[in-house]
Amino acid sequence: MSKPKPVLEINNATLAYGSTKLWENLNLVVEPHEFIAVIGANGSGKTSLLKAILGQEKLTSGSIRINGAPVKGGRSDVGYIPQHRGTDASTPMRARDLLRLGFDGHRWGIPLPTRAMRARVDHVLDCIDGRALADEPVGSLSGGQLQRFRVGQAVIGNPNLILADEPLSALDLNQQQAVANLIDQERREHESAVLFVTHDVNPILGMVDRVLYLANGQFRIGTPDEVLRSEVLSELYGTPVDVLRNQGRIVVVGTQDHHHHPDEEWV
Amino acid sequence: MIFNFADYGQLLPLITNSLIAGAVLAVVGGLIGVFVNTRDMSFAVHGISELSFAGASVALLIGIDVVVGSILGSLIAAAIIGVMGAKARERNSVVAVLMPAGLGAGILALSMYHGVASNKFGLLTGQIVSVDNPQLYWLVGIGGLILATLALIWRPLAFASLDPEVATARGVPTRTLSVVFMLLLGLAVAASVQVVGALLVLSLLVTPAASAMRITRNPAMVALLSVLFALLAVIGGILLAVGAGLPISPYVTTISFVIYLVARLVERRAR
Repeated sequence: MSKPKPVLEINNATLAYGSTKLWENLNLVVEPHEFIAVIGANGSGKTSLLKAILGQEKLTSGSIRINGAPVKGGRSDVGYIPQHRGTDASTPMRARDLLRLGFDGHRWGIPLPTRAMRARVDHVLDCIDGRALADEPVGSLSGGQLQRFRVGQAVIGNPNLILADEPLSALDLNQQQAVANLIDQERREHESAVLFVTHDVNPILGMVDRVLYLANGQFRIGTPDEVLRSEVLSELYGTPVDVLRNQGRIVVVGTQDHHHHPDEEWV
Repeated sequence: MIFNFADYGQLLPLITNSLIAGAVLAVVGGLIGVFVNTRDMSFAVHGISELSFAGASVALLIGIDVVVGSILGSLIAAAIIGVMGAKARERNSVVAVLMPAGLGAGILALSMYHGVASNKFGLLTGQIVSVDNPQLYWLVGIGGLILATLALIWRPLAFASLDPEVATARGVPTRTLSVVFMLLLGLAVAASVQVVGALLVLSLLVTPAASAMRITRNPAMVALLSVLFALLAVIGGILLAVGAGLPISPYVTTISFVIYLVARLVERRAR
């Protein structure tokens, strides 16, 4: 049996602004339907990594390939879920239009309705339990509702790589779980790999195959059990760090940064 | 006497050109206006129209075609705003700086001009009643070019306007589209200045789409209603103006404004 072709290959990638290195010699090969969490403090270069993969940030050195091809700019075989951001109430776009933009918004011409498009939109509406909201203006959706449609928009074109940039921020805990489950379910059904940037690993802990932990210009890659340990993170941060586990949740204590959810400040 | 429709039947053949020109501009304005509103560019439209006026005035002074002058002024303004004001906030200040400069230059050129005076006022407030054949060919040509380009880029332009972050990630050339749209907008403004005048261009390029967006959030319906409202304002305005023997722009702007008020009422009712 030959190994499946990697969806994403990051080779010896370094990103530096002047003398500040965000990360150096980063190597990561992502196989189809792997779920990878990218965690780290603010300013550790999580979002920059995503931007580099999207072709919006130029690497200082190294290379990134998606489906075997070097990254040049945005591409239609990648699904992208942005952070939750409210939309102006007067924006002329219904929830179903948001899905449709993900399906064929990148193509030229006038968006005439086609049977294939309608069928696809209806299918995704069922997957994200969005039928009842389909004709609502996007500006009137709640945070959790909008992010459900964002997941639908990202998967509607059957991408084999989904990039998610803090998709759970600004959601309450129930909504976080619902949206995270939806991403997990979609990647299982469509065999797409997921790169999930987050400051809090807990909502996705049960789904994550590997963790990429960025801190101090360095990184660690491995399963959550390999990386999210006191001795590993202490070495990474260069100061004593405690990783606490409580009722299936993980809290990292002792770092200067807030990469855990405000709800967990009780620790 | 504001209305006199006694000789209306005889007048109609004389205004065929105006009606065709008006209809073309209404379709163009209604469709461009959808993107002007979603891209938050109403103020830029105003700025471009002042420079279009300056271009037309200078053209009048140095004796070249007024339409050519107004197109040049428009395109230069659109290019400057497009290059210097990518973000909405920067754009507003660039427009606010350009606008009085353009208006001033236009007034200077007009005051130095000693030809037929009736054309002067027309550039600011509209002059559609006498559209001659060459003018009509210009307008239809520009209108056709704008509509053809819009048809080609409609889908990615809508993506880039409504959901720019995801559009960029999905490979939509948002920057190129933004420049192309500015040029289309420049052309549309230059064409509209010929009809409603520089000061009233907003009533054609902003108000119809803004009214449509009050009534529906369905993007296809917004485009359709916007064109319908623009047609109603322009054709209705021309027909009323001819009967009254007054400039058409007050009629166009008033109808456009009333449609907007009704749209807001409809929106309130629907809630």
